[in-house]
Amino acid sequence: MTDQELRVSKIQRGTVIDHIPGGQALNVLAILGIDGTEGDVVSIGMNVPSDRLGRKDVVKVEGRELSQSELDVLSLIAPDASINIIREFEVRQKHRVDRPERVTGVLECPNHNCITSESEPVETEFEVLDGGIRCVYCDTIIRENIASHIYV
Amino acid sequence: MNHDHITSARQLSRSDIETVLDRAAEIAADPDSVANSHEGALLGLLFFEPSTRTKMSFSAAIKRLGGDVVDMGPVDSSSVKKGESLADTVRVVEGYADALVLRHPSEGAAKMASEFVDVPLVNAGDGAGQHPTQTLLDLYTIRESAGLEDVTIGIMGDLKYGRTVHSLAHALTNFNVSQHFISPDSLKLPRKVRYDLHQEGSTVKEHTDFDPILPSLDVLYVTRIQRERFPDESEYRKVAGEYQIDADTLASARDDLTVMHPLPRVDEIAYDVDGTDYANYFEQAHNGVSVRMALLDILLGGGQ
Ligand SMILES: Nc1ncnc2c1ncn2[C@@H]1O[C@H](COP(=O)(O)OP(=O)(O)OP(=O)(O)O)[C@@H](O)[C@H]1O
Ligand SMILES: [Mg+2]
Ligand SMILES: [Zn+2]
Repeated sequence: MTDQELRVSKIQRGTVIDHIPGGQALNVLAILGIDGTEGDVVSIGMNVPSDRLGRKDVVKVEGRELSQSELDVLSLIAPDASINIIREFEVRQKHRVDRPERVTGVLECPNHNCITSESEPVETEFEVLDGGIRCVYCDTIIRENIASHIYV
Repeated sequence: MNHDHITSARQLSRSDIETVLDRAAEIAADPDSVANSHEGALLGLLFFEPSTRTKMSFSAAIKRLGGDVVDMGPVDSSSVKKGESLADTVRVVEGYADALVLRHPSEGAAKMASEFVDVPLVNAGDGAGQHPTQTLLDLYTIRESAGLEDVTIGIMGDLKYGRTVHSLAHALTNFNVSQHFISPDSLKLPRKVRYDLHQEGSTVKEHTDFDPILPSLDVLYVTRIQRERFPDESEYRKVAGEYQIDADTLASARDDLTVMHPLPRVDEIAYDVDGTDYANYFEQAHNGVSVRMALLDILLGGGQ
């Protein structure tokens, strides 16, 4: 790790999500449901130069070790993301995100005639396909721009 | 068949389908054998959209099995008008009935509703989604008239919004059937259905012209193109007119062509077809009772 890469001060404990495609950091936070209202200390680097991706985003969440299932949803918009668990200022674990089989509650079905768009006590649920996701209620398939369907 | 609920044709395997069709054939051959087999059983009818034949044929089916219906009635006069959710409605009504039949304008309504109830729930149409019991009676009719092995079927009309088409196309992938889809460009099969057909290894053969494909068909399944799918009346007339058939249009068809339609028809099949040997749509509608009897019999636990 070079000092040039570390644009914010070191965190003692938390999670660093690295290698996010440039410009997707806010969508990553939206997927994780982190909007700052719960007091999490979050720093974001956007469009940082990267050997691998050209430009990448980096998100650092202090004090929280995000679970694998929370993070797997990120694979939909940041398939190359690496997750670094930081303890005592050091990277203690590093893993990749896996594509989940299902995504519950994070994304909105684009079909306005879908039962999940009504005021029913049901969460959205999508099956993850090779090239997209599919609403398990109305079968609608989303292939492009999945991030635009994140609940806001 | 091992399903608690019937919400989509996607869930039905070939063996599920054959179980229902075989049972329906037994029942059609000897209706007396099941006349009181479900005495006292109550079928809850929840139709959030108007329906004539589906609702009547479910009523006839349960009554011919010795049971009866409890009917929510039209939406205007129900608690839905007061803003009750579908989830609450089905949870209440499951206490009144041994099985539920649901028609609803939203896609996925039946699947969601089924997650809230323990009694069997049958989807009788969810928006532009699925209509699996129509598919079972369609398959029954095709099996009786043309067989389900090595047949060529043309499905024509509104393939985009037609839920009977979506269910049928998917179910047919279980059989050795070649499917042709004939529609205006604006009403082609939706991506979700095309995806399933590809997944099942079927090739999707789409046509905008009906005449060239007609001579190769064993079965022609016609659906209605609705006025409201078009921006204006003249556009509608022009496009819909190309997918209407009459006795003359069928001149180049094979002698043993079977013409089907989920009904109601308006003008997409002219009355002069009714008297030909091709016409099968009234028989198709009649088959709805035996097929729904078979399905209810199985779901209510009499089948195996
Ligand atoms: N204590 C810390 N506080 C904040 N960020 C940290 C801390 N330690 C590491 N990081 C950040 O976590 C990411 C991974 O750190 P690491 O030292 O593993 O870098 P690397 O060797 O470049 O890893 P990779 O091969 O995954 O790119 C980098 O973006 C780095 O800036
Ligand atoms: Mg690096
Ligand atoms: Zn949906």
